[in-house]
Amino acid sequence: MSEEISLMKGNEAIAHAAIRYGVDGYFGYPITPQSEIIETLMEQAPWKTTGMVVLQAESEVAAINMVYGGAACGKYAMTSSSSPGVSLKQEGISYMAGAELPCLIVNVQRGGPGLGTIQPSQADYFQTVKGGGHGDYKLITLAPDSVQEMADFVGLGFELAFKYRNPAMILTDGVIGQMMEKVKLPEFRRRRTDQEVREQCPWATLGKTPDRKPNIITSLELDSARMEKNNERFQAKYRLVEENEVLYEEVKCDDADYLLVAFGSAARICSKTIEMARKEGIKVGLLRPITLWPFPSKILHHYADRVKGILTVELNAGQMVEDVRLAVNGEIPVEHYGRLGGIVPTPDNVLNALKEKTVQK
Amino acid sequence: MLQEIVISGFGGQGVLSMGKILAYSGIMEDKEVSWFPAYGPEQRGGTANVTVIISDEPISSPVVNQYDVAIVLNQPSLEKFERRVKPGGALIYDGYGIHKKVERNDINVFRINAMDESMKMENTKVFNMIVLGGLLKISPMVDVEHVMLGLKKSLPERHHKLLPMNEEAILRGMEIIELEQKAITS
Repeated sequence: MSEEISLMKGNEAIAHAAIRYGVDGYFGYPITPQSEIIETLMEQAPWKTTGMVVLQAESEVAAINMVYGGAACGKYAMTSSSSPGVSLKQEGISYMAGAELPCLIVNVQRGGPGLGTIQPSQADYFQTVKGGGHGDYKLITLAPDSVQEMADFVGLGFELAFKYRNPAMILTDGVIGQMMEKVKLPEFRRRRTDQEVREQCPWATLGKTPDRKPNIITSLELDSARMEKNNERFQAKYRLVEENEVLYEEVKCDDADYLLVAFGSAARICSKTIEMARKEGIKVGLLRPITLWPFPSKILHHYADRVKGILTVELNAGQMVEDVRLAVNGEIPVEHYGRLGGIVPTPDNVLNALKEKTVQK
Repeated sequence: MLQEIVISGFGGQGVLSMGKILAYSGIMEDKEVSWFPAYGPEQRGGTANVTVIISDEPISSPVVNQYDVAIVLNQPSLEKFERRVKPGGALIYDGYGIHKKVERNDINVFRINAMDESMKMENTKVFNMIVLGGLLKISPMVDVEHVMLGLKKSLPERHHKLLPMNEEAILRGMEIIELEQKAITS
């Protein structure tokens, strides 16, 4: 069965992948364009097979705090929502970062601000990689560009979250969530036994055993000197993530005069633009950040010596472009092209922007 | 082979499921497929549309500039997608839902009276399958045999008794589609 190729939506792929990965609990509240995640989970009823809990919470705030509770017990706990709902979760995310709790959050972005529209957007980049919640924390962020990666990044997200005891997010949008493509779902893994959870998570609050002191999970530390130490520990961990976990994809970058930098759905559109531009003799490549934090700054800096200019393409007013500019540090021009509020540009639109903003300079 | 198709009509006409069956059929032939719907409030009575891409190569963008084939099943869909058909491409419309003429002369225009035909067959639910038959006649991107396999896969088993009726509708659509205008290309 697992070898079978299925046709499904990105949202559905996330739900199936979660069951197959052996996730212990999903807690969520429906919102377009990601409701198929909870719908698929309810339809699959994994509580009857793997024992996975699927619960529609009374609100997004309740859901993220249920995830906190599950994660504190070392469980694979996840939630999903779309932009306005993810805003509601920010307090919980900050608390989990502060309590060093691993979990997976999925944001299938829609156009904002406010209740905005239900159409695709990438305008939550800042919220995701620059904080969102309060305090000096970082969120490990994966940006899938296909239904296959939606499925694959569930497992990857949990792996990274547990490796570093930190929340991880899949940051995607209505295009990838709603589109159907071929997907090969991951193999079934059974859920970990309580004993396995204890071994993997000696920090988890699973009941005190005689051989150790009680485990305490909290983000509260009223002694500033100790809170500073906590923060230093977090920062050291973040540097390790930045050193070891950067992921990106290079498409036709070898001989490129110009680079497009785009993630998720925008990267898919750009890959068509590249084909069109090359037919016209414009040598352009695509650098696709897969992890948005840690950001692929080093490879971008490497290209600063090799290309004449960069255009970032985002479904927002210019957010990731700031990180690209920091990475190339003024060595080459970096421009931005984006559509707002739920409008998705066509490959043509991007090609025109490339010619206007980058190639002529 | 790369076919970029848009199917557009009223919510409830079976636009999204027709696209899904087409995509499944592509998979049955080991092709690459993508299916990207307008998922907005359109589904509830307004205009619904879906972009289906079937290709021998991996598909780059699910969002396209222009379409090889536009299937328009109501007037707003014609107005939205007529200008986005590639020169020399095809536009298929249902005579029941569209009253204004196509303005462009550089595209092939096909008429399929699928609504009338479905009423004759006393089953308006097979309307979208009649249209699909018309599409496969003018642009045989997948075999009817594989469409039936795709249909079998996308329908829950309790509906498999409806397969012969759907096949009949597809074959009917292949018969009744008519070329109305041949593209004038310079």
